[in-house]
Amino acid sequence: MAAPKVGTFTTGLVPLPAENVDTDQIVPARYLKVVNKAGLADALFHDWRFEADGTKKSPPFVIDEPRYAGHGILVVGDNFGTGSSREHAPWALSAFGIKAIFSTSFADIFKSNALKNGILPIVLPAPLHATLMQIAKEDLAATVTVNLAAATMTTPDGATHRFPIDAFSQKMLLEGLDELDYIRTQRDKIMAHETAHPGTINTLQPNAPR
Amino acid sequence: MPQTIIEKIWNQHVVDQQEGAPAILAIDLHLVHEVTSPQAFTGLRSRGLKVRRPDRTVATADHSIPTTPRTLPIADEMAAAQVKQLEANCAEFGVPLHGWESPNQGIVHVIGPELGLTQPGATIVCGDSHTATHGAFGALAFGIGTSEVEMVLATQCLLQRKPKTYLVRVDGTLRPGVSAKDIILALIARIGVGGGTGHVFEYAGSAIRALSMEERMTICNMSIEGGARAGLVAPDETTFAYLKGRPHAPQGADWDAAVARWRTLASDEGATYDKEIVIDANTLEPMVTYGTNPGMGLPISGTIPNPADEADPAAARALTRALEYMDLRAGDSIIGRPVNTVFIGSCTNGRISDLRLAANVLKGHTVAKGVRVMVVPGSADVKRQAEREGLDTIFRDAGADWREAGCSMCIAMNGDQLAPGEYAISTSNRNFEGRQGKGGRTFLASPLTAAATALTGVIADPRTLPGMSR
Repeated sequence: MAAPKVGTFTTGLVPLPAENVDTDQIVPARYLKVVNKAGLADALFHDWRFEADGTKKSPPFVIDEPRYAGHGILVVGDNFGTGSSREHAPWALSAFGIKAIFSTSFADIFKSNALKNGILPIVLPAPLHATLMQIAKEDLAATVTVNLAAATMTTPDGATHRFPIDAFSQKMLLEGLDELDYIRTQRDKIMAHETAHPGTINTLQPNAPR
Repeated sequence: MPQTIIEKIWNQHVVDQQEGAPAILAIDLHLVHEVTSPQAFTGLRSRGLKVRRPDRTVATADHSIPTTPRTLPIADEMAAAQVKQLEANCAEFGVPLHGWESPNQGIVHVIGPELGLTQPGATIVCGDSHTATHGAFGALAFGIGTSEVEMVLATQCLLQRKPKTYLVRVDGTLRPGVSAKDIILALIARIGVGGGTGHVFEYAGSAIRALSMEERMTICNMSIEGGARAGLVAPDETTFAYLKGRPHAPQGADWDAAVARWRTLASDEGATYDKEIVIDANTLEPMVTYGTNPGMGLPISGTIPNPADEADPAAARALTRALEYMDLRAGDSIIGRPVNTVFIGSCTNGRISDLRLAANVLKGHTVAKGVRVMVVPGSADVKRQAEREGLDTIFRDAGADWREAGCSMCIAMNGDQLAPGEYAISTSNRNFEGRQGKGGRTFLASPLTAAATALTGVIADPRTLPGMSR
């Protein structure tokens, strides 16, 4: 599987002003029985979007509103992605076309999973977050340009703001580098560490005497 | 410079630390289950890689398997395919598997400690946020995503940034009827579900020292519900006594050497933490959640809060929505709320001591009319032990349903679930919307509170039970 690559993109906003949105809402557990990553776009926010008979709710949930079609940035409340470690959450967001999420904070595991799938979890200061939430609700034509190389975003008023991203994740995403490949370049150090720290855990053999 | 146990374990496992990059952290134990691993094995296959350390990897099936008798096939075709895929992946890559018919099968966070694989000072990961459970042994244990599962399978390492430290000191003595579950629910109610983000909790203080290993597991298990990926308790005599003689624990001279090493793990005198909180165990009551995240909890004698009293508009909005979903009214007492189902089980409270507490309450009584009571042991071993003690008979005689081991209604992906609108009191860890079945409503509580509620059919204070006088 190729590592995701992210550069500069310009897209519209979708407002989801809920706090503590948990990964059970992003992808309900019954959709975790898949053994691949395909087809999760319909699982995204499933129980907020669909009636029991599988038809879309009326009025539709915000991501299904035609006026937000094609918008790639979710503007969400604080502590987004809390709960389960399921990477199905960013897989589903990505399959739906979400490229970045603006919040005031993210849950740790979700943030890590999102970055590995090329979704930028961007933490904004509260006033800018509130402004963008308002714009998302009111100005459907508004777009934001995210420039990962510069770690900046240009808001609809033309202002440019820096956003925090660690230099490592930034480089990996810009160059489409793979974290597993990166770890494997350190194979010698890994072997040396293991030799120095043999440990006492052996899953293959009970009571293993050393 | 004095160090915390968190820093000691971290430093012992850093393989490499390049400037500006996350550390490469060595992983001692990788637990694998059927739900978060298939795409990782597919990734290995497409890269042409092997599982680098099968001897540090162990798998079980727990999430999607039914808790009906094991002689029946898995009726859900997708669940059956997922379990089959796990079996095929483990066979192909040489990973030891305690499959769904194995005598060692169980919830991954129950069997690791049972088998003696969970050991102090270790780094432990699993594609499951409740991996924090293993911190009870003084291990640095945390949940990871499936991409990371693939990395650990391939390299036995992970890229990680050093976490911040958060001391949770619980002093004093728990009152009768108040248990470990109430400590952790009280902590989360106080700091909120994002309170520990970016941190690892160290639980300390006289009330923590007094807890059994199983009680410590209950507390560490729900660290993630407080936002922390991991939470741990420094190992002590209680830890060593639990581990000694377990199948994968070190033996003989190895055991003595290991214990000597484990004793050095405790946080140094004068070590500092990024955050600290003190909780007085003497004043804790049984806790129950009323809302749709684990931070929305209150002492059982309390009343449901009013959004109008919330200063923060976002919190007021969240509370309004939660009360709407739960169909509860601000100002009402939580005691006396009717429930349809009582669920006793999960990696939080599905161990033998939890079942003993519940059985002790139900013994000689009958559960309230119309209430479904499901008791799901955390592992096949817990089930056998309970049956040796006759707990299954107590549960059955009381009218409860005694089932096979698994995650069951905690995550409701195996068919054990609530109907829309139904209420459950549950010993599990999450009360999110739909967590126990689409449209289902969850009150989180301790096994004692759940069992007391089973008798009356409405949320009941376990302190009113015989033998629990204050």
